[in-house]
Amino acid sequence: MTSRNRVLTCMVLLVAVIGIAGCGKKKPISSNTTAPPMSGPAPIVQLTATPTTITAGDQVVLSWRTTDATSVSIDGIGDVPSSGVKTVTPTVSTSYHLVARGDGGSADATARVTVKAAEMAVAVPQDSSASTMTADEQFKASVQDIFFDYDSYDVSGTSQSQLSKAAAYLASNPSIKVLIGGYCDERGSNEYNLTLGQSRANSVKQALVQAGIAPDRLRVVSYGKEKPFCTESTEECWQQNRRAGFSIDR
Amino acid sequence: MTVSFRRIFRFFPQFLILTISGLLLPSLNAQDWVRTGSGLAENRIRLAAADFKPVGGDPQTPSLKATFDSTLYNDLANAGIFDMVSKSMAPTVTPGSPQEINLSQWAAEPSNASMVAFGALSSTNGRLTVYGWLFDAKNPGSPQILGKQYNETASPDSARQVAHRFADEIIARLGGGLNGIAETKIYFVSARTGTKEIWAMDYDGQNQHIVTKLGSISLSPRIAPDNSRLAFSSIGKEGWTIRMFSLELGRPVSFPAGVAGGSNLSPAWSGDGTKLAFSSSRSGDPEIWVADSNGGNLRKLTSFRGPDVSPTWNPRTNSQIAWVSGRTGLPQIYIMDADGANIQRMTDGGYAISPSWSPSGQFLAFSWNRKYGPGAPGGQDIYVMDIASKRWLQLTHDSGSNDFPSWSPDGRHLVFQRENGHNVEIWTMLADGTEQHQLTRSGKDSMPNWSWK
Repeated sequence: MTSRNRVLTCMVLLVAVIGIAGCGKKKPISSNTTAPPMSGPAPIVQLTATPTTITAGDQVVLSWRTTDATSVSIDGIGDVPSSGVKTVTPTVSTSYHLVARGDGGSADATARVTVKAAEMAVAVPQDSSASTMTADEQFKASVQDIFFDYDSYDVSGTSQSQLSKAAAYLASNPSIKVLIGGYCDERGSNEYNLTLGQSRANSVKQALVQAGIAPDRLRVVSYGKEKPFCTESTEECWQQNRRAGFSIDR
Repeated sequence: MTVSFRRIFRFFPQFLILTISGLLLPSLNAQDWVRTGSGLAENRIRLAAADFKPVGGDPQTPSLKATFDSTLYNDLANAGIFDMVSKSMAPTVTPGSPQEINLSQWAAEPSNASMVAFGALSSTNGRLTVYGWLFDAKNPGSPQILGKQYNETASPDSARQVAHRFADEIIARLGGGLNGIAETKIYFVSARTGTKEIWAMDYDGQNQHIVTKLGSISLSPRIAPDNSRLAFSSIGKEGWTIRMFSLELGRPVSFPAGVAGGSNLSPAWSGDGTKLAFSSSRSGDPEIWVADSNGGNLRKLTSFRGPDVSPTWNPRTNSQIAWVSGRTGLPQIYIMDADGANIQRMTDGGYAISPSWSPSGQFLAFSWNRKYGPGAPGGQDIYVMDIASKRWLQLTHDSGSNDFPSWSPDGRHLVFQRENGHNVEIWTMLADGTEQHQLTRSGKDSMPNWSWK
């Protein structure tokens, strides 16, 4: 998903540079328009939100990047640096609108985040038939990604309650198999980070096995720093990328 | 100890200024930081590479000659052991044969050459013919050291290849017993097609072309010592597996030992090509494993909690392996015997990764961030360590984030990746850190591996 976004971003930027307004195939999460050039190069902007669909209470990472802009602002947030990352917690579906102004004109981009109702999210759904959420939504709400300290693959104390919740959900949904992905921040070598991501995913798997989940339901894969959730060189982004991420293994 | 060696390098700018002001100081590199045997820091031979004489009126000849001349000059300059005579200091007459060369002119100021490479080039009916000689300008009585003739299909690529071969012939005779590297290849990872695939290029960055087309993520290319097979790591349905690509057959071939579950990463050929070491988490924790190159005789070498990855063999003895381990926290470089015994830690702190063992067996090159820590991203630079003494030398300074050094077969060069912002490119340098050259330009090129010959 993220790597596809990156490819798309490159294409969008390229198109913008050539000066063709409007790109035939846009994703709703990422868009931009370029004003006609005036005295200098027009700003180029890019804004993404990850993930684009959440349950109320979950976090969304906004990530933006601009060039040739003298002022950049996001509606509802205010003036922001020319590029950066911000974590937001919208309670209703929101379109984040970024405007960049520069000597060459202005440009804007919008990222839409859809927020689903959260009524089922807090309790472990013992009776899943009563839920109105889809299986995916229940999974997302109950089995949440685990974050790690730098160069560490130890599950922190604060993550234990998350893991207990995940184990409870998996115990009551025995047909679901889980893929645990290990992720790292951009620092250090690809090779070392792949083993570090492996160790992170292994740690989480071991914790779930100790909580009674059968090991053959848990598949582990390391993505190292190959599939980052964001690409900024900031501590905030690095923390987002140091994680074990869960998905249903189909 | 190390400080005194670094001081020598700190004085380099002053030396360079003297050189620029017209004083030629062939001995300026005379201080070697340890005895390397590479010839890099010794008195360099003053060598002239004359422009070759075009023969015949074929319209292709001028462009082929230009390609040949620049390739030959660059190969000899890149070798790191010659003090090259600038083309502007060469005598104006272009000698095309031993009868036409006036050696005393070349030996005199301003060219002051000890050796002269010269010859003739023609293209006729789609064939490229090159006659090349190497003459000793200080021995006019019996000057010829080398005389070669080449006949190939006329194309820019073959003009480059012939120049590489002639350069390697010259280096084989003047290079202190080490073969040249002008015919070697560099394998690397490039994402320029949208996914990370394995690519190859000539040692000078020419002739870049894709090798694998798997459409997933392929990393860590390692070419076999005989150039027959390429080992690498790729993600697929079974997670990360060690894969093999036959360069002779032009297609993937099987390597069963690399597929047994968990992440299988960073393959490394032994110098005799009979074994592969790699990292595998098939038993849970990532450890170093070794298999025969046909995939049999698999065994685990390390057993310690924490990541173990990026092995490299001592290519001279094949009896030791260096690798990266996170067993004590931040990754450090370790060495052990090839059976897993006698583990020794080589780096004393920071964040040390990506070792490459020099062909002589004497050195490790690796990437090191000596001040690594939270909030101190710092510089990640290439270092070379003398294994016996653990003395080290920093080769890159204040220029992006540098990783994945790989030795050239002559031990005089390193290829490495340099990241600036989100652009990653492949660079080469001499093994003392001088003469850094960028080889790729796509912004998406990483993890270079230099062929063994």
